[in-house]
Order: sequence, then C-alpha cells, then structure tokens
Amino acid sequence: MDEVLLSASHLTKRFGGLCAVSDVTLELRCNRIHAIIGPNGAGKSTLTAMLAGDLPPTSGSVLLGDIDITGWKPARIAHHGLGRSFQKTNIFPAFTVWENTRLAAQSREPHAASWFKRASDIPTINRRAEAALELAGLTHRKDSVAGAISHGEQRQLEIAMTLATEPRVLLLDEPLAGMGVAEAERMVELLLRIKKDHAMLLIEHDMDAVFTLADRLTVMVNGQVIASGTPSEVRADAGVQAAYLGEEA
Amino acid sequence: MSTVRANLELLPRGLQVALLLGAACLAVFPFAGSDFYTQMVTRMMIMGIFAMSFDLLQGVTGLVSQGHAAFFGLGGYALAFLTPADGPISIWWTLPLVVVGITALALVIGFLVIRTSGIYFIMVTLAISQMIFHLFFDNKPLGGSDGLYINFRPTASLFGWIPIDLESRRSFYYVVLVAMLLIFAFLRRLLWSPFGRALAGIRVNEHRMKAIGFNTFAYKLAAFTLGSALAGIAGYFYGMLNGLVSPELMAFQMSALVLMMVVLGGAGNFAGAILGAFAFELMLFIFKDLPTVGPVELGKHWQLWMGLFIVLLISFAPRGVLGVVERLSARKAA
Repeated sequence: MDEVLLSASHLTKRFGGLCAVSDVTLELRCNRIHAIIGPNGAGKSTLTAMLAGDLPPTSGSVLLGDIDITGWKPARIAHHGLGRSFQKTNIFPAFTVWENTRLAAQSREPHAASWFKRASDIPTINRRAEAALELAGLTHRKDSVAGAISHGEQRQLEIAMTLATEPRVLLLDEPLAGMGVAEAERMVELLLRIKKDHAMLLIEHDMDAVFTLADRLTVMVNGQVIASGTPSEVRADAGVQAAYLGEEA
Repeated sequence: MSTVRANLELLPRGLQVALLLGAACLAVFPFAGSDFYTQMVTRMMIMGIFAMSFDLLQGVTGLVSQGHAAFFGLGGYALAFLTPADGPISIWWTLPLVVVGITALALVIGFLVIRTSGIYFIMVTLAISQMIFHLFFDNKPLGGSDGLYINFRPTASLFGWIPIDLESRRSFYYVVLVAMLLIFAFLRRLLWSPFGRALAGIRVNEHRMKAIGFNTFAYKLAAFTLGSALAGIAGYFYGMLNGLVSPELMAFQMSALVLMMVVLGGAGNFAGAILGAFAFELMLFIFKDLPTVGPVELGKHWQLWMGLFIVLLISFAPRGVLGVVERLSARKAA
C-alpha cells in the first residue's frame, strides 16, 4: 500500500446554522488520485479550504504526513508540502508565465527574502521553475504575460505554480473548469503525468475525466459523504445513482 | 502593452538615457543656479527620497498608507530634539539613531496596521498619523502648533576634521544628491531581488502568495518598516534644510501630497517617484509665482491650478510623467 500523506478525520464546518461540511473523513495516498464529486453546494470547496488552511474547521483534524496541521495558516501548510490550485483561476496576471512560476518556486528557498541577490539569478529557483513549466507543458509560453494566454493555458499555469512549490499533496479544485474538449484532454494527460509521487485530491465536475483519473471516489451531497470507494463501487451504489449520477447521465 | 514595459527589470533605453541626463544636470546644477535655486532643488531631491519611500509601499507592495508623513515628520522632529540649544550636533550618530528609532516605531505601528487591508489599512494609518500629529500639535513642550526651530544644522565634523561643510548650501546639496542616488540604486536592486519580487506578488495577488507559501504579513511589515525608515531620512534632511519643523509635516495632507507625487510621476519603479516629486515641486513653484491679472491674483490660487494640472495629467497620461517620457523616447527610438 502507498503511504498516507494526508488524512482528515471527522472534519466539520458550520456557518451559523448551516452545516457546509459534516463529519468528513478521508485519506490521500501517494501515487493516487482521490476524486470528490457532488453537486454545487455539496461542500467540496469548503472541504478544500479547510485542508489548505483558508478556513478553520469547526471540529475534526487534519494530519499532513504525521503532523497535525489543524488550524495552521495557509502559508505554513504550504511550506509543509501541500499545494493547491483554485477553482477560479488565481494567478499573477500582470507577470509573465515564467515569473508566476519562478515566484512560486522562490517560496521554497532560503533565499526567498533576500534583498540583494538578483531574483532571476538563483539557479536552484530557476531549475525548479523550469521543471514545473516543463511538466505542465508550458515552456513555450514562458515569456507570455499570464493575463494574456488562453484560459486552458492559465489552468495549466495554475498547476505549474502549484508544482513549482514541490508539494507532496496536491489539492486541485476543478482544474478542468471552463475547458474545451481538447484542452480538457491535455489537462487529463497532465494530471496523469504528475500523479506519480504525489497524493492528489481532485474536485471535478467532468465525469469522463473523473472516471479516467480517479483511483478512489468520494461523493458528497449537502456536506455529507454519501459514498466512498473505487470508481466501480461508487458507480454501482444505488444511493449515488439516485442522488447524483443518475441526474448527470 | 504599457504595463508590460513597466515590468521590465531594466528601464527602457530611452528612459535610461533621460534619467542619466537628468542626473548629470543635477550634478552640475549648483554651479549654474543661484543659491535660491540650489536650495529649491535640494528640497526637490528630499521630496524625491520621501516619494521613493512611499512608492515602496504604494507602488510596489500595494500598501496605500495615508500615515506615511508621520515618519517623515518624526525624522525632522527627532533632529530638532537632538540638536542642543548651544551648537550643532554630529550627523554621524544622529542620522543613524533617527533611522534606528523610526525603524523601531514603524515595526510596532506596522505590527498593528498590517493586519488590516484595503480601505481599512488606509483608515488605520490615517488615524495613527493624526494621533501623532495632534500629540505634537497640542503639546507646547513638543513644539505645539508652531513647531520647533533647529538653530544649528548638524555638522559632519570628525574629531575636528570637517570632510564636508554642511553649512554650505552647495555641499549640502551634494550630500542630498548622493543620498537620493544611493537610495534609488538600493531600491532598484531591492525591486528585482527575491524580496522585491515577493512584494510585487503581494500587490498583484496576496491570496495566491499565501497559497504558495509566503508569509505575506512578514513581507508587508518589512516593506512598511523599510519605507518608514527611508521617510525618516528624508524628514531628517528636510529639518536640516529648513531649520524648522512644524506639525504640518506629519499631517495627512502631507501623506496625500506624497501620494500625488508618486501617481504624478508613475508608480512602482522609483524613477517615477523622483520625477513626480520634481514635477510637483516645480509646478508648485510656477503656480505660486503666477502674476496678478487685473483683480485676480492667480498665484494666490495655486491649489486650483495644481489640482487642474494633476487632473489633466492623470486623465491623459495615467502612468504619469514617466509614461510620457517613455512614450516620447520610444517614439524617438522608432
């Protein structure tokens, strides 16, 4: 069995009377893609936000490796090896693709806050950024301004920036959102490429992609997990068919 | 297109040439201009330092502090308090002491205000600077509404040897010129260092910076403190030049003024801040000196012309004087 890199137990988030996420337990293992599906408002993004530190959970805990990161700030969690991409494209639009990636790579460096070095002259950072761009298939876009490249490429850039921080755990919130068929195919290939050595949580609405990629699948409805298992187990689950998959098909 | 150019590590060639020419003019100016103009340009350069310090916060990091003048004023007041009644004091230890003191104060204030962002940051910085303003304005021992005289300009004397006579207008001019150029070079270097890139990232998208693992609070606090310390240096020089410090130096109008200078010049690259400070002071001089036409004293209403000038410039050249210079030099190059 591949090792568990992130485990969340009994995570709950309440906003006043609304229970956005209720008692969710899950494990992310290395070399595995764990997909979460569910209709809008199911609590998928709230769950991601809790794992990444953007929202403190009302109760429950999160372990990254064997460290309890519950209640940590996002930057600190990122430093301990968790990278995330966002549902809504979240890049530095005014900077070049290269600078976006380089900046992400910089955060991992002891030189990150140096005042006198030239940022573009630090080989370790540059290598890391180059590798991330290469992996994300964006090397040819290096010098383009990030705000000016296509939507699909911006989504790839999201992944490149996440990879440049060299995380072990990846939280990807709808990486295929708004993509055309060809772009989506490229992204699926990219995700399969980076699956190795990473534990990945994938939130996605594109069912073809989910069933292509996922090793495990969790279905959430109204903040609760209604099914969890291998894709074929989940597909066979009567409750899921009624609640969710049936409507989609 | 224009925003892309602003992100270049090296300023465009034409602009580089223009800036070098400007620096050369400044280097020979005291031999061409009278004492009066030498003093005026000294003031412009001090404002240039002040504007650069603000540009680090506003143009680079995106922190629109409306309390920045407090640190400028405190630099001048610190000199006033340090200067004894019977003679000058050494610049060699008072200037570093002022920098250290303001750095410490800025760390404390920054620690409180950096937690807020956007409109709240503007409000909180404004409130703190007004508190400091009133502390000095309302207390006679601190100078009260009249301020304090600095009867003796600091001396550069080292064990009896005087390398630079700061009493001389010309020498003092060169001291300020060198300080301005050094601070400019330092800040340009800083802008393209990992630290500077992170500050720019915070301005563009702070949320993402946190997600990729930057402790943005610490970065913003460092920028705030550094900017404040540089403003303190400008204030110290201002006190030296003027021989008088008054509470107005710390008031929010002064913070608004430096914001105008930076916007006027073009934010985020320090060259624009200097240009803006010079342009602002120059227009101020011109408008205040306007003649009286019939019953209307044009010069008395300089604020009106100044406002009009800024509105027109920003409407037609949103990237300020720098944008205009850049466009002209690009046209010439083409």
